[in-house]
Amino acid sequence: MENTTKKPQISERRKFFTNIAHNAGLGLMGGLLWAGYADKAKGSALTLRPPGALKEEDFLSACIKCGLCAEACTNRPSNISKETGKPRPGTLKIAKAQDDVTIGTPFFIANDVPCYMCEDIPCVPVCPTGALDMASLTNKNNELDFRLMDMGIAVVDPNSCIAFWGIQCDACYRACPLMDEAIKLEYDRNERTGKHAFLKPIVVMDVCTGCGLCEKACVTDKPAIFIQPRDIALGDPGEHYVKGWDIKDEQRAIDQEIGDVTTKTERSKKGAADYLNEGVDFE
Amino acid sequence: MSNMKYLILRRISQISLLVLYFGANAFGWKVLTGTMSSSSVFETIPLSDPFAVLQMFAAGAILAFDAILGAIIIVLFYGIIGGRSFCSWVCPVNMVTDAANWLRRKLYIDKIERKVWISRNIRYYMIVLALIVSFVSGMAAFEIISPITILNRGAIFGFGAGAGLLVAIFLFDLFVLKNGWCGHICPLGGVHSIIGKYSLIRVKHNSDNCTLCMKCKEVCPEVQVLDMIGKRSEFVVKQECTNCGRCVDVCNDDALSFNIRNYLKK
Repeated sequence: MENTTKKPQISERRKFFTNIAHNAGLGLMGGLLWAGYADKAKGSALTLRPPGALKEEDFLSACIKCGLCAEACTNRPSNISKETGKPRPGTLKIAKAQDDVTIGTPFFIANDVPCYMCEDIPCVPVCPTGALDMASLTNKNNELDFRLMDMGIAVVDPNSCIAFWGIQCDACYRACPLMDEAIKLEYDRNERTGKHAFLKPIVVMDVCTGCGLCEKACVTDKPAIFIQPRDIALGDPGEHYVKGWDIKDEQRAIDQEIGDVTTKTERSKKGAADYLNEGVDFE
Repeated sequence: MSNMKYLILRRISQISLLVLYFGANAFGWKVLTGTMSSSSVFETIPLSDPFAVLQMFAAGAILAFDAILGAIIIVLFYGIIGGRSFCSWVCPVNMVTDAANWLRRKLYIDKIERKVWISRNIRYYMIVLALIVSFVSGMAAFEIISPITILNRGAIFGFGAGAGLLVAIFLFDLFVLKNGWCGHICPLGGVHSIIGKYSLIRVKHNSDNCTLCMKCKEVCPEVQVLDMIGKRSEFVVKQECTNCGRCVDVCNDDALSFNIRNYLKK
């Protein structure tokens, strides 16, 4: 028997449309795979970024992945080891494929190498794209100010912090570059012994820059004080609640009242017995 | 060794750039800091990858002037002078794919393989796709998968799991498709093709000297640009030519040479 499978002839017109469908399909397939991967590649929300970094979403679109910040960090004059005369590992790492951070972007692991909060902040001015924003670290006198850094915030786990047990330890307090400002010691009476004091480390949230020197200094096996991005570690009370004892916050409520009168309900003209029983059928 | 002159020069160029980048991180050299995504020459002249900058615009980033100026400098340099020479004189992945191509010739893989055909225009579609995905995902899409930056950063900051991608590209070029990555898929190559379309430095063919040995076509990573060989004396004008000079190297008949395109003389 003769094999008669012959290729069906197709018109130029059909060919044209099939080609379009073919290419569009391939493009869609590639695009979906690619976009799916891009979504995955965004990395962990726990990532600590260099000083001055834009908020994560903007940072990811603006970082060109050049590594200039990490190089500036490693090669800053203050990072030269006095013993070997060579630079020590820098704080900033450039993410590799296996890290849970978008590949090529800078980050740091506070417990590994914390940020030493250099006065001249060498990592930020070198950024060519503005993903590390100089303006956010510039103070009123138009100088770079390391106090304005905001990489994250230190969080204390009072259950594993031995200072909360009553054992004297002020490692984090002393390691803090803003000593007695970002971490304060709260003195408290130790009821258990009746004659000792607790010296509890308390993080002052507005002051802490998230450098991680406290985490690095912590004496417990797994640090009882650690850095988290502010987005993760902090709550948000929203607009609704007002600190009535705070003039600034009270002003917020006053400003609000001008446009919004719902906080005051007009007094009913009816007697209480009438309006409370409105719509109730007593039959 | 005269038939390897440009090859050796290219390797010197590619490797010394990586050494400079490496030294910038390891020893604090200031000649060339950063990576090929964005660099700084002597801490003053910014250079940036125009494709990366384009993707970042698509992703909705508001960029500082340095990055944009850097991209303009690169576009002007390759656009006026270098053509697509980034691919063959600068890009480190070129060494990987050239190695695959060399091994391919040694193993006679071309002679035995089943033909896989992929359009060489895929790279231009990849550019469009990269911009769309950048727009959708809000981050430069090619930069998260680019083997160029993975190899570049690997040489500076140490390799990670991304090195697997480089091996994959090597194997792809070796066993799947000749010049598969650089000659078909890489969108950065496509961008540099477009940028370098009207560049001054070009290979010129003199068909009077040509003996039709076809050695040039054997080594050329973008064979389609050599369509005039033995037929017409003219410049290699197709934008995909990488100015790698392999054809000039292997030509024993003085029929191919680098020359400067003269737009004034018609």
